[in-house]
Amino acid sequence: MERQTALARLADVARQPLSLSERLRLTALRAAEELRLKLLGPDFEQRVEHLREHYKSLGGDPFGFDPEMARNAAVVSAFFHRMYFRTEVYGIENVPKGRVLLIANHSGQIPIDAAIISAAFFFDAFPPRMVRALVEKWTATLPFVSLFFNRVGQVVGVPENAKRLLEMEELLLAFPEGVKAIAKPFAQRYQLEPFGLGFMRLAIETKTPIVPVAVIGAEEQYFSLGNLKWAAKVLNIPVFPVIPQLLIPGGQFPLPTKYRLYFGEPMHFDGGPDEDDAAIANKTWLVQQSISDMLRRGLAARRGVFF
Amino acid sequence: MTAPESPRNGQRSERAHKGAGAVVITGICGRLGKRLARRMHRTGPVIGLDRRPFSDRPRDIAHHEIDIRSKRVRDVFRQNNIRALVHLGVMHDPRGNFVEHHAWNLIAFQKLLEYVEQYDVPKVVLLSSGNVYGPRPDNPQFLPEESPLLGAGPFSEIRDLVELDMCAQSFIWREPRVETVILRPSHILGTVRNAPSNYLRLKVVPTLLGFDPMVQVVHQDDVVNALELALRPGARGIFNVAGPQPIALSRALSVLGRQTMALPHVLARAAVERLFRWRVTSFPAPELDFIRYVCMVDDTRARETLGYRPSHTIEQTLRAVDEERWI
Repeated sequence: MERQTALARLADVARQPLSLSERLRLTALRAAEELRLKLLGPDFEQRVEHLREHYKSLGGDPFGFDPEMARNAAVVSAFFHRMYFRTEVYGIENVPKGRVLLIANHSGQIPIDAAIISAAFFFDAFPPRMVRALVEKWTATLPFVSLFFNRVGQVVGVPENAKRLLEMEELLLAFPEGVKAIAKPFAQRYQLEPFGLGFMRLAIETKTPIVPVAVIGAEEQYFSLGNLKWAAKVLNIPVFPVIPQLLIPGGQFPLPTKYRLYFGEPMHFDGGPDEDDAAIANKTWLVQQSISDMLRRGLAARRGVFF
Repeated sequence: MTAPESPRNGQRSERAHKGAGAVVITGICGRLGKRLARRMHRTGPVIGLDRRPFSDRPRDIAHHEIDIRSKRVRDVFRQNNIRALVHLGVMHDPRGNFVEHHAWNLIAFQKLLEYVEQYDVPKVVLLSSGNVYGPRPDNPQFLPEESPLLGAGPFSEIRDLVELDMCAQSFIWREPRVETVILRPSHILGTVRNAPSNYLRLKVVPTLLGFDPMVQVVHQDDVVNALELALRPGARGIFNVAGPQPIALSRALSVLGRQTMALPHVLARAAVERLFRWRVTSFPAPELDFIRYVCMVDDTRARETLGYRPSHTIEQTLRAVDEERWI
């Protein structure tokens, strides 16, 4: 609608002389339109509509996902996905339909990696899918944050919720390295922490294929020199990273590194969810190995951190 | 508890009845009790037990206007062939004396259970509430029946309601001959006078700034249906009862067309605490958690075992708070 009026206005420009301010306004309008197309792509509304219809056909989402709020969040994340981090997405077509458990490496001090994976499924997959992730329990006590997480499809991280989401045939994202991995110092970049076993038990119990995901680029967005253990202990937080760039004005923003997402082949595991830890750990190791392989290959293939 | 006055077994056990008997409904004069009585008296005899008078009582309902703790309740159990006890007579008035309520609720229920054992009543149904789980930030989105009952943690005034539920749970194990059913419905809406219905009936509805939890509501008649299903022979155990699919609180309020006022929760809590003390509002401050965190139940078991299905849509259920009917 807006686009059409903009074009009509442009036709007017050609016909009659216009004041400078009017011409500037039209130029700005055209630039905004171009930016919108570049950011959101031509089929943005169809993608939103698809999600809207999908959740409508399910009779609404019991966790509070709201397509309208997700649309707004997608517009914001599009800026980071397309312009700021210029994400390259490989192998997203590997992700099967129905219930899927995405297992990714966690990094980058703040969980932008989760947002970028979500954006990839919104903008680069067809049909678009909503990524559901589990968030820390204490976020539910924060005003606005809890509301926002709910509306964009994130759920409180308790095992019952994870199981229910998979039974609802959703796309669940998990970071089995845990919160420790996100705050790794720069020296340990792209080295995986040991994986937790919970996700494997969950996948076996619900017969869910696992898709390993390697995220490259997030490790360099903040340089963390180390972890102040005593400060973390005093403040009662899991880690206290030392990030000098935060002191520079503007350094609070992550560095505009180039993100690359690699999606592996879906992995199917069988057995019982109640197997002992050693057996589960062996299966977990396979997933970890596949992510670590993709990381290595991805790092070897990239030419630089920022391009 | 004092020991039963008459010998427990013996001459009474032949009363173990087959076929039709009466259903005793405590708290029959409440709005839900009346609805249940009107449904039940068409299919069999109903006996009401309540301190309050039953104003527009159908003729065939025998109503005893007595306190449940009184000795005359024993006579009701002795003189009638009773098929089931439905306990709705739970006192919960945020304005009342808490100590007195606590004792009243527990002693009354204990006495009733004593009579049930003594006079071989084959079925007991307690209408508990999904609120016994409590709204908490780390609740799973849908609470199964096995979840711990943590509702009284931050809100100690409902301790008696939790204990009542526990009391019935221990009765399940103590008396396997009696089919004991505990129903834990989510927020009941309708002409009933309970906190969620009253909240939705406010002219200007306060909400908490930055919080908008999913809420689950159930129509009063669906609860009556669930009670009826629970009274069927064979049904026993604990069942969550939920209504139609959950809805965001803000959506629910916009369906009802209410004007809302969002307050920061720190402010809201302080304000409600004072207003409650000044007797301006009847909502205790800890109830604010219900519009802050999720407290929704998983009713899979009721659907599978009892065959329960909510028959009202979400719009009908919400609008039920506005229909004023004289019953």
